[in-house]
Amino acid sequence: MSIPRNWRTRQQRYSLKAEVCNTCNKHIFPPRDVCPHCAAEKQSWTNLSGQGEVFSYTTMYNAPAGFEEYAPYTMALVKLAEGPMVTAQLTDVDAQDVKIGMPVEMVTRKLSQEGEEGQILYGYKFRPMLREAA
Amino acid sequence: MLKPAHDVGIVGYGAYVPRFRLPASEVARVWTDGTGGLPIKEKAVAGLDEDTLTMSVEAARNALARAQIDVTQIRAVWVGSESHPYAVKPTSTIVAEAIGAAPFTQAADLEFACKAGSEAIVMGMGIVGSQMGRYVLAIGMDTAQGRPGDALEYTAASGGAAFIVGPAEESVAVYEAALSHVTDTPDFWRRAYSHYPSHGHRFTGEPAYFEHVVSAGQELMQELGTQPSDYKYVVLHQPNTKFPQRAAQILGFQPEQLKTGLLVPVIGNTYAGSSLIGLTAVLDEAQPGDRILMVSFGSGAGSDAFSIRVTDKLNEVRDRAPRTQDYIARRKLIDYATYVRYRHKLQMN
Ligand SMILES: [Zn+2]
Repeated sequence: MSIPRNWRTRQQRYSLKAEVCNTCNKHIFPPRDVCPHCAAEKQSWTNLSGQGEVFSYTTMYNAPAGFEEYAPYTMALVKLAEGPMVTAQLTDVDAQDVKIGMPVEMVTRKLSQEGEEGQILYGYKFRPMLREAA
Repeated sequence: MLKPAHDVGIVGYGAYVPRFRLPASEVARVWTDGTGGLPIKEKAVAGLDEDTLTMSVEAARNALARAQIDVTQIRAVWVGSESHPYAVKPTSTIVAEAIGAAPFTQAADLEFACKAGSEAIVMGMGIVGSQMGRYVLAIGMDTAQGRPGDALEYTAASGGAAFIVGPAEESVAVYEAALSHVTDTPDFWRRAYSHYPSHGHRFTGEPAYFEHVVSAGQELMQELGTQPSDYKYVVLHQPNTKFPQRAAQILGFQPEQLKTGLLVPVIGNTYAGSSLIGLTAVLDEAQPGDRILMVSFGSGAGSDAFSIRVTDKLNEVRDRAPRTQDYIARRKLIDYATYVRYRHKLQMN
């Protein structure tokens, strides 16, 4: 894992810091140089609500290197309320309870760590809406 | 008594309790063949991807949702815990970054056993009360660990709360005053590099918990000229169910005054988060004009006592974030084996 790259992207990882296109007004996540909708180059920073719904998902029983500790876990394609689609891990939910269309909200969790002595990487995951889960 | 030059209060508050619960009967099943009394019903356990940082961020977001302030006006982010994820590298800078308060803010991690969170609040009262800064984010949060089989393993839990301290005129509850009481008492400690704490068994009750909680509470009420009947609620540090019940009784409070903020039977002892999260449960129910006496306790040892008065703003902000009882109701029971995996009690290599 690259410390400089993780450091540059920390705000989008911790809190879904996003952009809104100055030309077509669509939300862009992750932030990038050119709008994927209209190819304009000017964007402004914005915050997303963190809410969305599960668009599709798959449960990982054989996790890739660095994530074995968390297996089994569910990866989802989440459609955010503002439009962008993100791939993220689901948390605080059992695999058999995940459903397409399930409302979810963003939380900041541990993504991975470089052993006992290395850096801990934090970032966004999604979980079922807390008030509905209770 | 500590009373700031300008009145300060709580502008926003937020709790966090993880989803998993380990029943005390599971600990007893493994270690005592189910015999012996149980100090609580169950304790909250952090999941594999949770630690003091992730739980602090969620509690802080709940506090901000209620406060609705400009986060760039937060002048200090202080996280009190005995389970910071790094030994060297602050939790507080990550919290500040995650909520958007960085870079022009103070940030520090505090440690005073279970009192580190209330310590952050007293320091916040100083910053805001002297008008050095408009808001301070003070957090008490822990993923407490007990040695396997030790008495503390029944209760050592995960959770806590965040408070935004700000000017009284914006507050949902105002701090009338605070008072701290500390002595050098060897009731509980953990040396650098040791994984689990040690405790001086006979010291934990009388000379430690009761001496500090009762003295701080009594002294604050005496200096303010208040008495137990002036308070609708009392919230005490809660290492188990019996200690706060007895301390409240010694102080002259009735069981109904203690009940709302007594969460230890269902979430366990959240250490630096313990009295703070009890206060959030009280703020979820309190009404304008109600007074609250809160007394923390940290081993080593000391207590911070606070006299708090609820304002009419509380009802406006309460439902902007999940209530503490919403987190308590979200609950998945785990067995001892799962607990051992989640809390990394097995050495894999
Ligand atoms: Zn565009």
